[in-house]
Amino acid sequence: MIEVKDLVKRYGETTAVDHLSFTVEPGRITGFLGPNGAGKSTTMRLILGLDRPTSGRALIDGKPYRELPDPLRNVGALLEARAVHPGRTAFNHLLYLAQTQGVPKSRVSEVLDLVGLSAVAKKRTKGFSLGMGQRLGIAAALLGDPRLLILDEPVNGLDPEGIVWIRTLLKQLASEGRTIFVSSHLMNEMAVTADHVVVIGRGRLIADTPMEEFIARHAEQVVLVRSPQAEVLTEALRASGAQVRAQPDGALLVNKVEAATIGELAASKGIVLHELSPQRGSLEEAFMEMTRADVEFHGPAEHPPAMATWDAVPGSAAQSQAAAAQGAPQSGGAS
Amino acid sequence: MTTATTSSALGGLTALPPASGRAGFGGALRSEWTKIRSVRSTMWTLGSAVVVTIGISVLGNWGRANHSGANAARLAQEDLTQRTLFGIILGQLIMVVFGAMAITSEYSTGMVRTSLTAQPRRAPVFAAKLLVVSFVAFVIGEVISFVSFLISSSFWRSKGISLSLSSPHAMQAVIGGGLYLAGSAILAFGLGAILRHTAGAITSGVGLLFVVTILANFLPDNWQQHLDKWLPFNSGGQVWATQHVPGNDLSAWTGFGVFMIYGAVAVLLGAYVFRNRDA
Repeated sequence: MIEVKDLVKRYGETTAVDHLSFTVEPGRITGFLGPNGAGKSTTMRLILGLDRPTSGRALIDGKPYRELPDPLRNVGALLEARAVHPGRTAFNHLLYLAQTQGVPKSRVSEVLDLVGLSAVAKKRTKGFSLGMGQRLGIAAALLGDPRLLILDEPVNGLDPEGIVWIRTLLKQLASEGRTIFVSSHLMNEMAVTADHVVVIGRGRLIADTPMEEFIARHAEQVVLVRSPQAEVLTEALRASGAQVRAQPDGALLVNKVEAATIGELAASKGIVLHELSPQRGSLEEAFMEMTRADVEFHGPAEHPPAMATWDAVPGSAAQSQAAAAQGAPQSGGAS
Repeated sequence: MTTATTSSALGGLTALPPASGRAGFGGALRSEWTKIRSVRSTMWTLGSAVVVTIGISVLGNWGRANHSGANAARLAQEDLTQRTLFGIILGQLIMVVFGAMAITSEYSTGMVRTSLTAQPRRAPVFAAKLLVVSFVAFVIGEVISFVSFLISSSFWRSKGISLSLSSPHAMQAVIGGGLYLAGSAILAFGLGAILRHTAGAITSGVGLLFVVTILANFLPDNWQQHLDKWLPFNSGGQVWATQHVPGNDLSAWTGFGVFMIYGAVAVLLGAYVFRNRDA
């Protein structure tokens, strides 16, 4: 369990973490969300004792990180991908970590195997891609069979296969009762991975709630509809008070009406439907709205400043299809 | 909570032995040894320290012994033991690079955050790193010093001048040469810990050992007389010399003691910064 209690970190004039309090419980994945620059990495560094807080405390199972008898055996951490000497081999990088607290050498080869880096174990990390660097960082985090994992942006630089791999791994680890605390600036990624979510903006707590509740409360209901009679349907929907946006591929995105209502409306007008699927796509939009005031750098008003932070345009068909391809449950499904 | 054996995600892995208690100095020492031996820069810096220092000493002594007009009577007055070791003047600068990089590379690569996450108690990490760097620099320093002396002194013996490890104070000077090289690395290590920046640490190390000594030559004579002997190079240099001008020079071991005070101050400041500043 991680407890963050009234944590403050100031760098000169800047307040990176501002009276932050939350708890990360074992047995589930807790997502740590916020725009870039919100203070996520700083908070993680404070938890790990790399930085000293200006005030407040961060405790791991009731103790400051520095007082854990054998930290590597309790906590696995992944910070920036490149906290590695480029001239050292992957094997030796893990070996010097293992040696700090009696983790046997054989374990080094095993975790390298687990993350799929055995073939490059004896290669210097200089030539590693971003994704390989992330895998090495994850191997380091798993070295001591930790009860608790703290991962900063673990999917950064991973290919789609890698993303699914880490998502599955984290879910498995959580189901074994471990504590998983994972940061991301990608709302969609969190929506399919995390059970609980802690949202911060400008170092302050914005939300600390179960993911389902967060989605239910903040996500606009959007339904994707395809029909050969799109124009007639659009008119009928607008007449019933719905918002309708036509997509370039002919699909309609409908707000403010439930899928069932749309189906009934179409039936009553004799309109043929080819597709009718509730989306979770606009969750990012809701989240951006929520954190907009807290985004560090404000752009011109007509361009939402958080836009560049999120990797996909919210609500776009391409995005919802990509999410579906990655096995994202539709709205209402268990995550 | 023990999950090692029942775990499915990590189930393919052998269960770890029970935790042996508090991670401490022993583990840190093994870890630091792995770090230093597993990067090429260690081999490069130490290799070039060996080649450059021995090479310059040997070439210089060969030239002076065979191609100089100095007669035997005059040479007998010179500190030939110190002369056999004079490649140290450049070798110390390479040892500065080795000592500084042993700690600044942690910062330049960001791996210090990995290191300190595995072992968040910083004092044992710093102490282990210092010990490993000092040990390696000492061993290589002694090898350099002894080989330089043994080869170079043979040129003088072939000219009929008796010079061996049993010559007066020769053993002290030759052991001292290795100690001085190790001391240079330790000083630079301390500077590296304070500055956390490779170029900055090397520049200030070279500045302290080399530039300050040269600049002091521009001071008025009566200042020089009081100041010179306390400078790092002039004080530390006494330990690899057999002749000391009374009044102008410190004695061999007093001089080395002064030199080590510079090193100790740098290391203590470095330790303070390492322990207390954000990583």
